[in-house]
Amino acid sequence: MSLIQEIDFGTPKSKSETMVTLTIDGNQITVPEGTSIMRAAMEAGTQIPKLCATDMVDAFGSCRLCLVEIEGRAGTPASCTTPATNGLVVHTQSDRLKKLRKGVMELYISDHPLDCLTCAANGDCELQDMAGAVGLRDVRYGYEGENHVFAKAHGCENDNWMPKDESNPYFTYDPSKCIVCSRCVRACEEVQGTFALTISGRGFDSRVSPGMNESFLGSECVSCGACVQACPTATLTEKSVIEIGQPEHSVVTTCAYCGVGCAFKAEMRGEEVVRMVPWKDGKANRGHSCVKGRFAWGYTTHKERILKPMIRERIEDPWQEVSWDEAFNFAAAKFKGIQQKYGRDAVGGITSSRCTNEETYLVQKLIRGGFGNNNVDTCARVCHSPTGYGLSQTFGTSAGTQDFDSVEDTDVVLIIGANPASAHPVFASRLKKRLRQGAKLIVVDPRRTEMVESPHVKALHLPLMPGTNVAVLTALAHVIVTEGLVDEAFVRERCDWSEFEDWAAFVAEPKHSPEATAIMTGVDPKALREAARIYATGGNGAIYYGLGVTEHSQGSTTVIAIANLAMVTGNIGRPGVGVNPLRGQNNVQGSCDMGSFPHELPGYRHISGDAVREQFEAMWNVKLNNEPGLRIPNMFDAAIEGTFMGLYVQGEDILQSDPNTKHVVAALSAMECVIVHDLFLNETANYAHVFLPGSTFLEKDGTFTNAERRIQRVRKVMTPLNGYADWEVTIMLGKAMGFEMNYSHPSEIMDEIAALTPTFAGVSYARLDELGSVQWPCNEKAPEGTPVMHIGGFVRGKGKFIITEYIATDERTGPRYPLLLTTGRILSQYNVGAQTRRTENVVWHAEDRLEIHPHDAEQRGVRDGDWVRLASRAGETTLRAEITDRVAPGVVYTTFHHPDTQANVITTDFSDWATNCPEYKVTAVQISPSNGPSDWQKSYDEQARNSRRIAPIVEAAE
Amino acid sequence: MSSSPDKLVYMANQIGKFFHSQGRDRAVQGIAEHIWKFWDPRMRKQIFAHLDAGGAGLDPDVLDALQKLKQQA
Repeated sequence: MSLIQEIDFGTPKSKSETMVTLTIDGNQITVPEGTSIMRAAMEAGTQIPKLCATDMVDAFGSCRLCLVEIEGRAGTPASCTTPATNGLVVHTQSDRLKKLRKGVMELYISDHPLDCLTCAANGDCELQDMAGAVGLRDVRYGYEGENHVFAKAHGCENDNWMPKDESNPYFTYDPSKCIVCSRCVRACEEVQGTFALTISGRGFDSRVSPGMNESFLGSECVSCGACVQACPTATLTEKSVIEIGQPEHSVVTTCAYCGVGCAFKAEMRGEEVVRMVPWKDGKANRGHSCVKGRFAWGYTTHKERILKPMIRERIEDPWQEVSWDEAFNFAAAKFKGIQQKYGRDAVGGITSSRCTNEETYLVQKLIRGGFGNNNVDTCARVCHSPTGYGLSQTFGTSAGTQDFDSVEDTDVVLIIGANPASAHPVFASRLKKRLRQGAKLIVVDPRRTEMVESPHVKALHLPLMPGTNVAVLTALAHVIVTEGLVDEAFVRERCDWSEFEDWAAFVAEPKHSPEATAIMTGVDPKALREAARIYATGGNGAIYYGLGVTEHSQGSTTVIAIANLAMVTGNIGRPGVGVNPLRGQNNVQGSCDMGSFPHELPGYRHISGDAVREQFEAMWNVKLNNEPGLRIPNMFDAAIEGTFMGLYVQGEDILQSDPNTKHVVAALSAMECVIVHDLFLNETANYAHVFLPGSTFLEKDGTFTNAERRIQRVRKVMTPLNGYADWEVTIMLGKAMGFEMNYSHPSEIMDEIAALTPTFAGVSYARLDELGSVQWPCNEKAPEGTPVMHIGGFVRGKGKFIITEYIATDERTGPRYPLLLTTGRILSQYNVGAQTRRTENVVWHAEDRLEIHPHDAEQRGVRDGDWVRLASRAGETTLRAEITDRVAPGVVYTTFHHPDTQANVITTDFSDWATNCPEYKVTAVQISPSNGPSDWQKSYDEQARNSRRIAPIVEAAE
Repeated sequence: MSSSPDKLVYMANQIGKFFHSQGRDRAVQGIAEHIWKFWDPRMRKQIFAHLDAGGAGLDPDVLDALQKLKQQA
């Protein structure tokens, strides 16, 4: 193993299909038009000296090190800013160039410290490399003059010197080492799109400045780390590198946070991670990352990780640490006992959308094959199950239609109920880049999210009342149909025409017009009409949506309405268009693909289908139940009724993440055996009888499938601290229950998946190593995978228009609960926060806050930062208020990252009609001033503390 | 809303409301198929028991769909 060194071509790749041929140093080379001479030279294997150029940002031409000579042209142009054209004859080395470069380097070094031996960039410093490349041997100017290097000069304070900025928890800014190449500034603008950095001053006074000479932490910086990656010196350096030193080998793996699925190089020293660097060839992230993926991996070695199995008879008892065998035997005996007493269907399990495909597959296999029922579900139940239902009904596949690259060809972006800047930040950066190039943006969201207004981006915002998505989308369709904006050729060719006619007649009814529905939706009809026209006629229109669509009583109906809109405008089946669900967790797409739903086997095939079931029976050598099992909310109801008494939960914290916490507590308390398989004693573990320690993504092999259907490798870089990868634990648990599963490596599990699942037929670890990643379907017809789906026709045959009647949720405001609460996430924290709360990310978000409009706050006497009581029909909690006009009057908003807030005490039992996906996004609430934690919070906290006790180990007698 | 017949009646009616706009025949068919595909046997058994007890609270399309489903079972 060695350190993967990616070639820096100096300037970005040109997409042109026209080729040009030039001669560099006597060698002919052909490159796409628009390629710089610098890049052309690098492609031919000649590295022209450079400092301000790097291929993650556009050429800038400031360092004057990359000068070349071109025959027939005067002077020495910069090779980074000079495009290659036909017939050029370029020389990269001559006496004149050598002298010029040496002179430039001499000036740079005359204002740079020479502490190379003790510098954090030692071994990874481009300035040092260039000094070597140009043959710098002495610096004639000395260090006595004006400089930025020394704190004191001639016995006095040096006003040019600035101390290090250590405010960011993950990286240091050392101004004394800055060469003002502005790579960091450009990375922040061009790659991340935040524009937090600038160069202040001119000439010798030029300095990199976060915001208006603020600290990094105090500025708008979102800590994505693109600047750190771009920096050629030790000016911006990861604190982990400063502490540990340079890495010696690296392994390409996949981030375990969100559904974007960024590829990273885990740069290692032995089994210690030095840093995570986004991989340029990662097709989801293209070399970019966010604060979570790049920096927030400290949880993997956090002291609160539980590394030994534990058991207890009653949840009131302290935990007893035991051997793995004891834990498995205890769990197996409990589960068998429950099945004998209450019947075969009285146990089940939840697969993890955080774990690998292989691990998820094994958990559902254990449940179907070992437990002998289909009581398996996954966290997609509470997020994107309506996507699965809605898209399979209309298009024929339960997944998004595009790859992320598709956004580069998009002209109109319609975001519905999603805030990618917070929840899918790397995709948001790619999207914003396209928007800065001129694509239009429409945002349908109750809240003025970060997407609505960001540097150089202004969206057409339709701020709707929570719960009225279907009315708004049907009104958009109304405008498209009644104003004659239908893509009739597409609809006639690709869709069922008579179903379209029924649907068109329905949406055209006057009661669905923007004007008629405005009273319910709160959306300005003029703005809505404008949005419909832009989406239907503005070129390639792409819809991106999130949980603001799915987590409603009409979640599935909304997904169907989205599919209808894409079909009626012909925005399906080519790059730049499509319907793109932004999946929440790293492997939630994969967990759905792997048969985690109680009604279907891997590959979305209903359990009642004899032919498919028989294939699995033959491979698994066991008879399978042909009836659908319980979904997560049904499991809770059945537990309270006394027919569902044992649950195996892998890598999910249902107590914190599922709605109506009191109901979940009642259900878990009613069960006789809850097995939690996780990294930490999470909230669910407070009600568990068996704890099986889990492993992190750094400790195992496997694959994740992201929101683009992209299957990517997860590679083990360290030995599991707990002893076993999660797939091994599931195998051993199965064995204790008498269900044998034999695999020596996850690749064998993938081979079984491929053999049983037509859309995965061509997937293998060898294939993934060869291609880097692959998007399913990957089979004989598409051996390299399928970036864009439904090209030339829909998977189900004809696209199906389905009528979407708006039905208001039964969760209504009234005199007691006059406000609507909606929930969401923040950039620095991830879901229930089990991981990110155990990293330095808490500096950005230490608690959940309640956003409330100044008008509503004033009426209730609430000031910014006050503690408020938040009450709904389901329960109440307290948290601090943040007064903002991001939310409309009548709407309040909070995040759900912290268990001490327990936002889900407030949310209700209402759920999507088709899939039982909970209605997190609409809860009628009341707000009042409060002095501190509610009684519920106090008793919850006490129970949690009591439940987490671990009994001291008693020394063995022998 | 946690006592089970009430909750199941509510869920079944929610399904019914989605299919209602597709016309009676298609709605009855759609509701029956949806419940057959997605409800665990114990849930179906409970709603059938409720149906046998008069099916109070069930919308007409849903009542028909459940009767149809019960006959097939």
